[in-house]
Amino acid sequence: MQIHIPTPLRAYTDKKETVSVEGATVAEGLAALTAAFPAMQPHLYTPEGKLRSFVNVYLNDDDVRYLPAKEDSPVSATDELTIIPSIAGGTPSIAGGCCR
Amino acid sequence: MLIIPQPLYDQLRAHGEETYPHECCGIMLGKSDAENLTVHQLLRAGNTRTDSAHNRYHIAPQELIAAQREGRKQGLDIVGFYHSHPDHPAQWSITDFNEAHWFGCAYVITSVDGDKITGHAKITNSFLLTGTGEDDKEFVVQLIEVT
Repeated sequence: MQIHIPTPLRAYTDKKETVSVEGATVAEGLAALTAAFPAMQPHLYTPEGKLRSFVNVYLNDDDVRYLPAKEDSPVSATDELTIIPSIAGGTPSIAGGCCR
Repeated sequence: MLIIPQPLYDQLRAHGEETYPHECCGIMLGKSDAENLTVHQLLRAGNTRTDSAHNRYHIAPQELIAAQREGRKQGLDIVGFYHSHPDHPAQWSITDFNEAHWFGCAYVITSVDGDKITGHAKITNSFLLTGTGEDDKEFVVQLIEVT
């Protein structure tokens, strides 16, 4: 399967945008990714081994968290995994360090 | 430095005026090198935080994935995001900071002041998310060059 790497995590995949790995499930694919690029591990997983809450993993167009088998969902060689950190924010509790 | 063409700069500010008094948000596609992030295209995103759109924004992961695919087709990357702060300064908030995970990317914020009906874009600032992880991340003020 192919795993698409978002911009901020390419620093840990030798700048590769896409990494090809072997694996029968989403979890195996991610394990193969972190085995090939160990520096990815702390960016994807908590010290307890859970996927970080702000890291979204999509199997093709489906959020893995909402698939019946979640990370144990089966994948084929033609499937695509996409790792995508969340993006959010808002205005209250201004704390910033600048401004004009 | 964040380098952005004038038409795109105007567009992201206008987006904040259009959605006022709610927050707007969008994705910036472009190129990066050691010194600069250069914006080539803006992709408007829907704010999924319809429960609190006046002071929160969230971009659906599906939109991020679509943006990443679009970028791949054009040889561009996601280089940052923009959003507006209706009736608040163009300054990052604790919420912005806690929810920031795209290291090396620009977070552009435009303040939009108004009367709760019509808003006008005021200040636009950019903050570069630096660091390597949640423990050492930092927002650094980033100069904007409008070309």
